[in-house]
Amino acid sequence: MSKHVVATVSEIPPGQRKLVTVRGRSIAVFNLDGEYFGLFNRCPHQGGPMCEGILTGLIESDEPGHYKYSRKGEIIRCPWHGWEFDVRTGQSYCEPERIQVRSYPVEVAEGTRVVEGPYVAETVPVTIEEQYVVVDV
Amino acid sequence: MSSALLERAVAHETKIGVIDCDVHHAMRSSKDLYPYLPARWREHLETYGSRRPTPFTGSSPYFKAAPALSRKDSWPRNGGPPGSDLAFLQEQLLDRYGIEAGMLHLLSPTGMDQRNQELAPVLCRAINEWQFHEWTQKDQRLKAAIVVPGEDAAAAVAEIEHWAGNRDFAQVSVVTHTIEPLGRRRYWPIYEAAAAHGLPIGLHSSGNNGYAVTAAGWSSYYVEEHHEVSMSQQALVTSLVCEGVLARYPSLKVVIVEAGLAWVPSLCWRLDRQWARMKDEVPHLTRPPSSYVREQVWFTTQPMDEPERPEDILSILEWIGWDRILFATDYPHWDFDNPETAFKAQMTEQQRRMVFRDNARAVYGLG
Repeated sequence: MSKHVVATVSEIPPGQRKLVTVRGRSIAVFNLDGEYFGLFNRCPHQGGPMCEGILTGLIESDEPGHYKYSRKGEIIRCPWHGWEFDVRTGQSYCEPERIQVRSYPVEVAEGTRVVEGPYVAETVPVTIEEQYVVVDV
Repeated sequence: MSSALLERAVAHETKIGVIDCDVHHAMRSSKDLYPYLPARWREHLETYGSRRPTPFTGSSPYFKAAPALSRKDSWPRNGGPPGSDLAFLQEQLLDRYGIEAGMLHLLSPTGMDQRNQELAPVLCRAINEWQFHEWTQKDQRLKAAIVVPGEDAAAAVAEIEHWAGNRDFAQVSVVTHTIEPLGRRRYWPIYEAAAAHGLPIGLHSSGNNGYAVTAAGWSSYYVEEHHEVSMSQQALVTSLVCEGVLARYPSLKVVIVEAGLAWVPSLCWRLDRQWARMKDEVPHLTRPPSSYVREQVWFTTQPMDEPERPEDILSILEWIGWDRILFATDYPHWDFDNPETAFKAQMTEQQRRMVFRDNARAVYGLG
């Protein structure tokens, strides 16, 4: 595992995402209310480009006629068959224990720290003034 | 669901060409047909529009799960609905998956729904001209189905006769939501003509007849209706068998598209059992019903059934016959099957070749 700088913080505002390629893998970094999460962009169902799907919330119901809507913007739906995954954990909604998409640790690092290394910053120019999104791959 | 439902790392296999038996091309708009329509009918459509047994002019009475029923990533970059751009389709499907042939099924317009009986055959001719000039002549991997005004059998036969022998057309397409069950005599001349020319009848769920897909009214949810469509296809197969269409035209080939296939054995078991008791009602069936299905009907794979134990699908495919299974993606629809990952159960190399290519070559007479 190594730490890769994939974006400046300002590039991925809350509710947005950025698709990057790190060490040959297609990975999407999401910003949920200021926190960053990284998911492998390949659905465990049939390999669809999962991170290009829509972000939605969770609809739960204990009986017909009653429903609860929560976690708006935190569930990603694969654009192919609509499988839903929790962006925070990578777990599927249908069977969280057994079906998940690979998730990657993401952190925010100060430019001053990043310029010292050992961060990998192939495509993102680094300055000490900025803050950076770093993915551990 | 078991973790085996997930795509598994596939060991390197011999790369074989794939034949996709269900590809949906589409028009950008109904105006795409204008170059192929006589002026009299262009003006008619501009004034009176298209009259079909459905209350909606621009939508469907049957639910859809996603806009245009399609994968969210299948909208062409140049605008236009999914399936309407040949270059994008070539890139996203044919080239991407090494498709050596794609069997086109046009879902709209059908021509067959058209209530104006003079317009229906004209529309079908225009549709087939459009398919020929804009699709199959531009990419020889794509094969069209002859779209026919099937509620008017004589006109349908004329359209088949017009295109028969043209290698761009590999089958005859008839909608499945018809005025009467497709085994009924009014449709027989179509089967006779198709069989005479060695053209399979491709039956993809389509059309509007004003009836609900269930036998008792309109369902509430898409997830219901998505499955009920398969049931209506089962009724269709039952009609073709019991009315004696398959018996009467022994060389007729029928391809059932996008109806699933796990139901085939149980349907045949029930038909055989009833036939054993009630042969005297249907004396034209001189053999068990299942024998007609196993000789004259083929089934496409998509949407692939996914039992808890993936291997269970193998015994079903075995029963139907490995030579009767046709791989399909249903591109660009949302329930598209990726040829690289859709099959979770292990098949032998020979079975793979049959399902992914050789059976289609045989049924459609491809090179």
